[in-house]
Amino acid sequence: METPVAEQAKATEVSVEERHYNIIGTRPIRHDGADKVTGKALYGADVRLNGMLYGKVLRSPHAHARILSIDVSRALALPGVKAVVTSADLATLDSVVSRVGEGAVNWRYLSNNILASDKVLYHGHAVAAVAATSLNAANEALNLIDVQYEPLPCVITAVQAMRPGAPILLQELRTNELGARGEIPTNIASHDQNMRGDLERGFAEAAVIVEREFTTGIVHQGYIEPHTATAVWGTDDQITIWTSTQGAHDARRQVAEVLQLPVSRIKVIPMEIGGGFGGKTVIYLEPVAALLSWKSGNRPVQVTMSRFEVFAGTGPTSSSVIKVKMGSASDGRITAAQVTMAYAAGAFPGSPVGGAMSVILNAYRMENVQIDGYDVVTNTPRVAAYRAPGGTNAAFASESVIDELACKLGIDPLEMRRINGAKEGDRRVDGPLIRRIGYLETVEKARASAHYQSPLPAPSTPGLKVGRGVASGWWGNWPGGTSSVSVIVNNDGTVNLIEGSTDIGGSRVAMAMQLAETLGLQAADIKPMVVDTDSVGYNDVTAGSRTTYSTGIAVHKAGLSIIQQMRERAAQLWDVESASVDYADGVISSKDNHIGFKELARKVGDGDGNVVASISISPNGDGVALATHIVDVEVDEETGKVQILRYTAVQDVGTAIHPAYVEGQIQGGAAQGIGWALNEEYVYDQQGRLLNGSLLDYSIPTALDLPMIEAVIVEVPNPTHPFGVRGVGEVPIVPPAGAVANAIANATGVRMTVLPMSPQHVLEALWTQGNERV
Amino acid sequence: MANKTAVQATINGEDVEFLCEPHQSLLEVLRDVLRLTGTKEGCNNGNCGACNVILDGVLVNSCLVLGVEAQGKRITTIEGIAPPHGLHPLQQKFLEHAALQCGICTPGFIISAKALLDHKPHPSEHEVRHWLAGNLCRCTGYDKIVRAVLDAADVMAVEVSK
Repeated sequence: METPVAEQAKATEVSVEERHYNIIGTRPIRHDGADKVTGKALYGADVRLNGMLYGKVLRSPHAHARILSIDVSRALALPGVKAVVTSADLATLDSVVSRVGEGAVNWRYLSNNILASDKVLYHGHAVAAVAATSLNAANEALNLIDVQYEPLPCVITAVQAMRPGAPILLQELRTNELGARGEIPTNIASHDQNMRGDLERGFAEAAVIVEREFTTGIVHQGYIEPHTATAVWGTDDQITIWTSTQGAHDARRQVAEVLQLPVSRIKVIPMEIGGGFGGKTVIYLEPVAALLSWKSGNRPVQVTMSRFEVFAGTGPTSSSVIKVKMGSASDGRITAAQVTMAYAAGAFPGSPVGGAMSVILNAYRMENVQIDGYDVVTNTPRVAAYRAPGGTNAAFASESVIDELACKLGIDPLEMRRINGAKEGDRRVDGPLIRRIGYLETVEKARASAHYQSPLPAPSTPGLKVGRGVASGWWGNWPGGTSSVSVIVNNDGTVNLIEGSTDIGGSRVAMAMQLAETLGLQAADIKPMVVDTDSVGYNDVTAGSRTTYSTGIAVHKAGLSIIQQMRERAAQLWDVESASVDYADGVISSKDNHIGFKELARKVGDGDGNVVASISISPNGDGVALATHIVDVEVDEETGKVQILRYTAVQDVGTAIHPAYVEGQIQGGAAQGIGWALNEEYVYDQQGRLLNGSLLDYSIPTALDLPMIEAVIVEVPNPTHPFGVRGVGEVPIVPPAGAVANAIANATGVRMTVLPMSPQHVLEALWTQGNERV
Repeated sequence: MANKTAVQATINGEDVEFLCEPHQSLLEVLRDVLRLTGTKEGCNNGNCGACNVILDGVLVNSCLVLGVEAQGKRITTIEGIAPPHGLHPLQQKFLEHAALQCGICTPGFIISAKALLDHKPHPSEHEVRHWLAGNLCRCTGYDKIVRAVLDAADVMAVEVSK
């Protein structure tokens, strides 16, 4: 998410001096770990309720069609079937745009994505759902629902959708053209522009100009846990929903809007979540399960997607076409850059083109620049956030062009980035001034690394080509959102930490460590728990790299409140002024009196009023994250196969709370980026039907495809967080595609302009560009 | 509705009898009939390894085995590998190495790794990667998983030599 300029100005500055920490920077075992390695942890699909029905969703076989009629009578007559729902069971919502998850959504479109109304807009679009006493009966019932369609021509890519005369998906859609509303029906939802300086003058100053057009396919987050929701619509009209979501409160709000109910009628119980990467910030099944429960006479209903449904029916991220023209003076200084990018949003507006417009050049000082971005609807699943949404495609384009400029000028690619790299006080292309960031530190660390200093390895087989590439990435963390926590001191001296931020990869331990550091306790003294929406204040989604940052600030503030109360309790105990009581490293003291936190907690006991704190905050600081990656590849020019030989990812993380999980974020993000770079894309036939909706055919990297990924942590503390935290989760997926492309160019002399760089696309590039190798 | 079949099997060392329909997979039986939900479903077609169990000493995707095929077999699931009041060395090493993030693939990885170490107590990194290529993880990039398995192998070798 971007930080508006006005908000940035009022961000609180916290001075972060060089500090020694007791807990931060250590590697304790995560609190939820034992349950997760023994199979005891309960994920969404593990919910088992008495009398539970199984729901399944009927999905469109067409990419684009008008729904003429839906007849559910035969399905309802099947033994075991208890309820059927269609969009007729949903209210028609106002066309109002609201912030949801990390992005914005039009409520009417969200509802139409959950169950199609007049038209289906992609292969896999949900049309109806059934609940039955067995999964088998539910699946059988789907075959008995008679939907009459009038198929319509479809558009799969942004380029197809933008052509004059292209089939129109949404008749009411008009282009938001730089703020003005267009007049004719269109698939172009918006055109935005960032610009500064004088492009013409900048290109005139250039000694070298590179201009290329890049295309990238649709890719999916690929979390291993399919979407699932279990709902009970109680006879008291209170609705309880068990689900795997990146934000229970946000899911509650979305369900409330779609069902037109007050939020107090809905309780969302967050189960453990099996990955999300942004994809589980929007809802699909929750209202459907709730309606099925209501229509089946208040029975619990569980709806779990198949893997095909996950691919075909949930938001992947955008395919894109990106043109980059960049000029550089002979000393390596970039003099001008012009970018035009179109991102396919899928069935409804809302591609991450805005994020992409930021990412693409924000790591660099740019005097003369213009970026135009288009959000385009297509007959593919409505996109959802995916880890640094829009960033990987954008950086693939810009980092390739910067690399090519460096090559043409004979400048080392990391030196090229050092010359142009942004630092504190520079102004971002999208407006705000840059605070203290560690970009140049990542470049220097990468340059000094053993990897970069080592010679290229020899090919594993004679004739194969090896090459090395680098790329950088910028990502602006969501500056805040709301986080709420409650802290309770138990009379045995342990502390309950009650939070509402989904723990998707170790955030319970990261929160517990920040509280332990604040209170001078051990991580094991803290009992972190993620609770339901009725039991803690509002929390925004675990997304935008925000949780360790924002919820961490809430935890720290709650800890300070506990410290103050413990000082007051000690003052009462010793009959002194609380102002004379000190608190340091878990010891409370005043003159000759000393007492440890645990001992005081025992003395306070349960009978004299608990020591508790509840905090809700909405910080508006910034946490820009930057990374520089190095990769060695081996290219088989006979087959087009690219193998990753060695990978190093350097990242400014601010302060690493739990370094092992920070490394894990870096390694995991790099691995996803490598998959995007080399293998992953949706394949459609001419009719817009998805052909590779399985984990076999949409192949994500396996253990055998990857080497160890060296994560190098750089710590330039974020001045807006009490411990200097920056969000770390997203930026590691930004550089990989560019780095791999640059390594392929280094190995073969051929510039890749298509993602994925699969054997087919590499061979095509080798054959078509073979004569122009540089 | 098809007639149910009575099946006897030994699951995690206990003799178990259950009723299952002929079309039900072992994964469905484990999760829905026996409520052993530690075994996860990621794809239901043998691509992801989240449902892996050990059946008569052989690593299988439980989604590709029919429940009725379990008749007379010995099955080990994630719920059955830890000693009382403790953890299996693989479980311990997964925790120490932070080899899990979301944790949904973890039971499958630990079962697969156990099957590997049962066959080959001292695997190389390449052998670990090759063996685990049937298990998909989207969070970790596999680095810490591979290290955890190699470390567990070392610990188990020391325990055996004692």
